Amino acid sequence: MFGFEFYVDPSRCIGCRSCLQACEECETHRGKSMIQFDFIDRPSTISTAAYVCWHCDEPTCAQVCPADAIKKGEDGIVHSSLKPRCIACNNCVLACPFGIPKMMEAEQQMMKCDMCYDRTSVGKRPMCATVCPSQALAYITPQEAAKRPTRPSNVFNFGNQTIKTKVFMMVPAQFDSLSLDVADYIWEGKENA
Amino acid sequence: MAKPPLSPDVLIEQFGPHLNYTPPGGWRDESTHPAEKLVKTHCCFCGQQCGIQLKVRENTIIGFEPWEDFPFNKGMLCPKGVKRYMQSSHPDRLLQPLMRTDQGFRPATWDEALDLTVKRIREIQTKYGKDAVAIYGGASLSTEKSYLLGKFARLAVGTRHIDYNGRLCMVSAGTAYKLAFGVDRSTIPWEEIPKANTLFVIGANIGDCAPITTDYIWRCRDNGGRLIVADPRMTPITRNADLYLPVRPGTDLALLLAMLHVIVRDKLEDRDFIEKYTTGWSEVVASVQDYDPRTAAEMTGVPPDAIEKAAQWMGKSDRVIAMHARGLEHQSKGVENCLGVINIMLALGKIGREGCGPTMITGQGNGQGGREHGQKCDQLPGQRSLTDPAARKYIAEVWGIAESELPQPGLSAQEIMNAIHAGEIKALFSLCFNPLVSLPDSNFTREALTKLEFFGIIDFFMSETARYADVVLPGSLQEEEEGLACSAEGRVIHWVPSVSPPGQARRDSEIIVDLAQRLGRGDKFPFHSPREILEELRIASKGGVADYYGITYEKVDAQKGVFWPCPTLDHPGTPRLFEDKKFYTSDGKAHFQVTNWRPSGDPVDQEYPIYLTTGRVVSQYLSGTQTRRIGALVEQYPEPRVEIHPRLAEQHEIKEGDFVTVSTRRDELTLQASVVRTIRPDTVFIPYHWPGKRSANRLTHRTLDPRSKIPEFKVSACRIRKASELETSTDDREARHDITEGR
Repeated sequence: MFGFEFYVDPSRCIGCRSCLQACEECETHRGKSMIQFDFIDRPSTISTAAYVCWHCDEPTCAQVCPADAIKKGEDGIVHSSLKPRCIACNNCVLACPFGIPKMMEAEQQMMKCDMCYDRTSVGKRPMCATVCPSQALAYITPQEAAKRPTRPSNVFNFGNQTIKTKVFMMVPAQFDSLSLDVADYIWEGKENA
Repeated sequence: MAKPPLSPDVLIEQFGPHLNYTPPGGWRDESTHPAEKLVKTHCCFCGQQCGIQLKVRENTIIGFEPWEDFPFNKGMLCPKGVKRYMQSSHPDRLLQPLMRTDQGFRPATWDEALDLTVKRIREIQTKYGKDAVAIYGGASLSTEKSYLLGKFARLAVGTRHIDYNGRLCMVSAGTAYKLAFGVDRSTIPWEEIPKANTLFVIGANIGDCAPITTDYIWRCRDNGGRLIVADPRMTPITRNADLYLPVRPGTDLALLLAMLHVIVRDKLEDRDFIEKYTTGWSEVVASVQDYDPRTAAEMTGVPPDAIEKAAQWMGKSDRVIAMHARGLEHQSKGVENCLGVINIMLALGKIGREGCGPTMITGQGNGQGGREHGQKCDQLPGQRSLTDPAARKYIAEVWGIAESELPQPGLSAQEIMNAIHAGEIKALFSLCFNPLVSLPDSNFTREALTKLEFFGIIDFFMSETARYADVVLPGSLQEEEEGLACSAEGRVIHWVPSVSPPGQARRDSEIIVDLAQRLGRGDKFPFHSPREILEELRIASKGGVADYYGITYEKVDAQKGVFWPCPTLDHPGTPRLFEDKKFYTSDGKAHFQVTNWRPSGDPVDQEYPIYLTTGRVVSQYLSGTQTRRIGALVEQYPEPRVEIHPRLAEQHEIKEGDFVTVSTRRDELTLQASVVRTIRPDTVFIPYHWPGKRSANRLTHRTLDPRSKIPEFKVSACRIRKASELETSTDDREARHDITEGR
């Protein structure tokens, strides 16, 4: 849908798993859910997080695919592996820094979130973001997103790898990008640009 | 003698619950074909009443599409809503009438089953009197069916004993709002929530029990509003609370009295509002004198400065909304608790204007509409009182009977079960109620059911309670019959039928009308459709508090809901109550009510030193008759677990996943532990959706609020210990299940 972006905001998640349940209702992968869901640390907190594929500008999954089975569309959507090409080698499953691709053993094919291509390509919102009761998964305009106290970021630093994504993570307002590696915070004796 | 003819295992094999994991036709084939039609209707489960489009092909529901234009939920759905379509075409569905024999349930014809029902009702009434028969209804019924059942009980059966499972849900709030405002409804539509500067949520696990409301609360915070949450557990919405008040179970009233104490002490009250629009303020001021924050902290376990802060945030904000649900209301002082909230909101003048008002979060699908038109033991249509001479006269006229023919008020739901146990009520006819799972003290309920001389039930699945019936009549699912419902907001919505009942199953209202005819009162039940029932209901409610005269299916469709009262066809409805500061009381003023502290009906002591509280999980609904049959929902939370704080767990050497035996003065239960820091260390929590050996209500007690007659589900005294090897062995647990369920 023109003008709409996907925002993931774990601080809004209530752990209901409506997204998981609804994802498997999607026409292109009925009966299979592509949503990732975590209890952060249930013994200590009620915090939960649900997320979709981040749809990287330069998708690691596609880069490591020996069969050239993973394609990114012009709209930035990174698709499930092409069935005729996929050799089920698991390279993408192991390489994705976000842990998104899923190997479907029965089909011998990697499948992943395609942001409900069947829906977004005909002007509908993705299923998960439509049903999400807390709008932790939201498919909205940047203007809508700007009303939230958190702010969108789509730059992730994994050590030396910086990844820019189509999907935005809502982060605390003081952060520009997300660094998930201690190495990003260490003084290593040289000025970082 | 009504008791199950076969062991639970055999009955479960025949009637379920079985788990349905796939849509009709499977994930790959049939269900991927395009739908013939998308029916814009509503979820069958909770009081949020989310709009949903059901995908229908060949009289079968094959899936759903979000309904993004419906204003309340804009396409949002919780997991129950997403999977609700899986109940339709379920293999456990009852498809023909059943009659109990010594060898099990046998199929019967409708004539046989209905004639036996009528014969037994009349025999028992002849022998023991008219009131020896009781009727149970439920708040998942459409408003038309609720109305019909009230009329059926009083006119066709002629008993004064009719009550409903909403007695376990909304009656404390309803009683309090009627006392203070003269009307039982949320004072605001949900669109007000994001406008509040301070939101006070007490005893409401919104994330699990009213999931869609979360978005309204988060938007309030986006707008800069502050969120206060009072609960013995950190529920999901607490993750963004600006202030969390970890109130000890059963002590909410002390917290509320102390908050009002601070408001009075700091002169935060709205003098002008109080003088012009209320009565009873000085008595309430006197009643909070002794509840200073320090005293309340001792009682509630909430720090004094947190109590002060909550009161001051509310007192100093322009727009305040207070929301409460069963946590506050499921107590033997549930009415007082709600009045505690109302008194604060009246003192601050936070009502009848934008972004302000107290509100209850109605729990059941038609929890609001089902409690307005005569399904309650003391009520006539339009929220009229059965003891009000003018109301009796008006309804008698509408029904074409002598006023003397209208029975007087009867017993409430738990009291009916008590009277069955005492042998005073001999026959029960039930629709939309699973008391064996949902009433407190289920061993008592089980004993009572076995004493019935006749038990007839209408149900779509063989519920745990239905196993005790003599006659089981296959009724209809929500998607199989047209009707109105009223959501938590007070928005009257339209259940549009998607499919017709399968097999020999019939629409509930047709069964009731048929029974009325066989009872010789067909002339008073000339209905061929819910539309005809609605026509009569509109007139019966006219002039009452819950006035539906101006509401039709067409108007509801056109406006996407109509808020009652709606007295005329050209009236738009009333989203926000009391905008003119006129309340629905006899003097038009809001009435402060003095509230009195008293201990729980099942007090904690040396022997039972821990609080037990019960509630819901997001993936299950009420007694689970429907949701325990949907595989995806069962897998999300398969078994009840007991939540224990690590400090308490350590004292008993309990680790995550260990089996724990929880004992109360009624019974004991062995469940796996979930050791979490998100609950008070003096409290354990068990969700209640399961039957038999996993049933939390075996532990709860039958103390009722004296006015609302709601059971005190939220406060019991218990003790815990690590379970013995014997208790944790599967064989033994199954055996215990057989013994208790089958005896």
